[in-house]
Amino acid sequence: MAKESAVKTAHEPLFHVVKRDDMSAGKAWLIRVATIVIAFILVGLLSVLVTGQEFGKTYEIMFSGVFGRLFEGHTTMLWKYLQEIAILLSLALALTPAFKMKFWNCGAEGQALMGGLASIICMIELGNKLPYPVLLVVIFLTSILAGAIWGVIPAVFKALFNTNETLFTLMMNYIATQIIAYYVYIKGGGSNVINPVAEGNLPTIAGNDYLVNVLVVTVITIVMYVYLKHSKQGYEISVVGESQNTARYIGINVKKVIIRTMIISGALCGITGMLLVAGTDHSININSVGGQGFTAILMSWLGQFNPFIMVVMTAIVVFLNLGVAKVADTALLNSSFSEIMVGVVILMLVGCEFFIHYSIKFKHKREVAE
Amino acid sequence: MEKQPAIELKNITKVFGKVVANKDINLTANRGEILSILGENGSGKTTLMNMISGIYFPDEGQIFIDGEEAVITSPKDAFQYKIGMIHQHFKLVDVFTAAENIVLGLDEGKYNLKASTEKITAISSQYGFDLEPEKKIYTMSVSEKQTVEIIKVLYRGADILILDEPTAVLTPQETEKLFNVLRRMRDDGKCIIIITHKLHEVLSLSDRVAVLRKGEYVGTVETAKTNEAELTEMMVGKKISLNIDRSEPVNVEPRLVVEDMECIDRNGVKILDDISFTANAGEILGIAGIAGSGQRELLEAIAGLQQVQFGNITYNDPKTGEKEDLRNKTPLQIRELGVRLSFVPEDRLGMGLVGNMDIVDNMMLRSYRKGKTAFLERKEPKDLAQHIIEDLEVVTPGATTPVRRLSGGNVQKVLVGREIAASPTVLMAAYPVRGLDINSSYLIYNLLNEQKKKGVAVIFVGEDLDVLTELCDRILVIGSGRITGIVDGRTTTKEEIGLLMTKSKQQGDENNG
Repeated sequence: MAKESAVKTAHEPLFHVVKRDDMSAGKAWLIRVATIVIAFILVGLLSVLVTGQEFGKTYEIMFSGVFGRLFEGHTTMLWKYLQEIAILLSLALALTPAFKMKFWNCGAEGQALMGGLASIICMIELGNKLPYPVLLVVIFLTSILAGAIWGVIPAVFKALFNTNETLFTLMMNYIATQIIAYYVYIKGGGSNVINPVAEGNLPTIAGNDYLVNVLVVTVITIVMYVYLKHSKQGYEISVVGESQNTARYIGINVKKVIIRTMIISGALCGITGMLLVAGTDHSININSVGGQGFTAILMSWLGQFNPFIMVVMTAIVVFLNLGVAKVADTALLNSSFSEIMVGVVILMLVGCEFFIHYSIKFKHKREVAE
Repeated sequence: MEKQPAIELKNITKVFGKVVANKDINLTANRGEILSILGENGSGKTTLMNMISGIYFPDEGQIFIDGEEAVITSPKDAFQYKIGMIHQHFKLVDVFTAAENIVLGLDEGKYNLKASTEKITAISSQYGFDLEPEKKIYTMSVSEKQTVEIIKVLYRGADILILDEPTAVLTPQETEKLFNVLRRMRDDGKCIIIITHKLHEVLSLSDRVAVLRKGEYVGTVETAKTNEAELTEMMVGKKISLNIDRSEPVNVEPRLVVEDMECIDRNGVKILDDISFTANAGEILGIAGIAGSGQRELLEAIAGLQQVQFGNITYNDPKTGEKEDLRNKTPLQIRELGVRLSFVPEDRLGMGLVGNMDIVDNMMLRSYRKGKTAFLERKEPKDLAQHIIEDLEVVTPGATTPVRRLSGGNVQKVLVGREIAASPTVLMAAYPVRGLDINSSYLIYNLLNEQKKKGVAVIFVGEDLDVLTELCDRILVIGSGRITGIVDGRTTTKEEIGLLMTKSKQQGDENNG
């Protein structure tokens, strides 16, 4: 029989998606930056569509919503902006070691709340009993401990019984919320509000309320970068995350690493809780973390688990949050509008990763072998 | 007695990246017959069948069903052509009953489990299956689950059945039962295709045998007119001279002694039984066997990655002369005993290396604990990476390229290079040349030979019998988790090893007992 090697059957799919490996880092970043620019233009256009405001004016409002009257020497809004970045970034940093290990810690919310609870208890119960510096140390340590405990419980169950950490950490969030609700109910005397506590607040530096928070998170960012990239423990986290088989093969105790890493992740969430309660609100309620524990999951991913890229990503998202809120406010819209816009931008950022990792090949463009 | 062709393949080719899985395959399977597809691992049997059942789409060539050209782009299409495949790994919902699993995903109009159950019972009795339709899957034995899978495709009206290594998980009694069922289906006019590499099963069951070797179609023979020796030769090919340099072993002394080792897997099934052998320093010990006969578990048991039920693993330390017990020690404990055990696992990127890390960080896997500080020392691994890239001619853009981007041969050079750099006294390598081109393969053989000359006890698990017989000093043959023979690498033949490999468990018992 004659050889009919090039015969192809009728129906060939119109296009198929091919994974690519070869995009250079530079080109990939170009795509990401372009996506951000396009996303911002899109947000502007959508705002114009909804508010009827002038295109250029929209960005002006957005800018004023974030920085206020910065050029006239008023730095209040700027500090508020930095503070919001600091909290979100701090949560994202806390999640990152767990994520690098492919342990999907969705419990930043609860772990931060427990850290905050530890802070407020110390502030209320020990506020007048301990000298200020000692009180600060006690607040710091108990917050870390509370967050770490809340983080390590799911890790222990994961290590010993291979439970699903996503569900477990989510459930721990609800438990934390209810504990806070109960505490507020007792201490609030039925009003369900704890009035700001004057004792045990983090110090103000040069009259600035938020500088301490910003400094603490700056330190965490640098330490986390070094920890993940240059420490032996960070290396073990990467190996366990990439392949538990490889980890076992080179003699890493996987269970130990899971538990140790979640202690760190929970402890950092606990610190964030302290920054929120002792450093910002001086009070606590069930919305103290306000869903940022979940936004932080996205920030960690968008930052590709690199602390410095995370700084940029959180800065962008918080900018949008505040800026679009102002736009919405000016047009008498409610906060849903800014949430939608932030959603649009995040979706685009996630979507552009698809084009970085895959290319689409069409039928007629198919390379011919041989 | 002219038979009706049910399915014809013409010039089927399938390529994955650079690997040609099937090349110009022509094959016919008739109604009322059992066709065996025979071939070693990696010969392309499963790929070919996956194209018939709609999992892959051929790059070139045509498939004819009952003389008409067929386009099969999904398993659903395959069912329309009445093709049913029973995979090696079952795809059943554990908490559902047999009947629920069988009707799952079918649109028969009204969901009527009672009517379906009756139909299932009818099918069962027609072909002699034992099945309780109300039994839940998780309470079932492997053989019962397989029965569910087979009835599932029969229920959908399949008359071309493809079974991918159906006996791999069955006991001999269950196998016999399955064969009787298959014979009954054949007599009913169905076309049965069975993928296997067990020669005695091929001979006892099938009407015709099609043999594949390295992705190419070798030929089809009628079972009645062939024998084990001929099939073995078709499967492994004629002897090719490789000219691997094999030196006489010097200073041979026992390095690693394994006695009466037994291991069970997670389901409590014995995967290694009664394993005893000695790996000598200055010698290459080959391990031959059909894939999945326990080679991986054997090496992992020694490396401390597989729980050992019974038996001993003893290491004779060449420096102190002391005996160290390695049984059920973790890899870290083994290293802390001062045992220089290097292991090139079968799964290079899933176990030996981390695909997303660069070469330097992969070098560090073995050495990252060095140093007293909490921080990594990247200087040495960097030098080592550079050294290996130069010495072994690794083709890579640089030492900071993730290893998953390298080609198979270069990945293996990185892995073997690292393991040898630890100056081992025992070097275990599982399928170190799988997927490698000729040049890279020879580089690996030479590295293994060099280690042997240095007095290392080398254990080499291979699949190419030509290589095993030319490289190894002794060859241990393993079949179904038992040693079926240890032969001298210089005097043995491929046929002898081939027969030992395919020797079944009972035959092995008879010969040993």
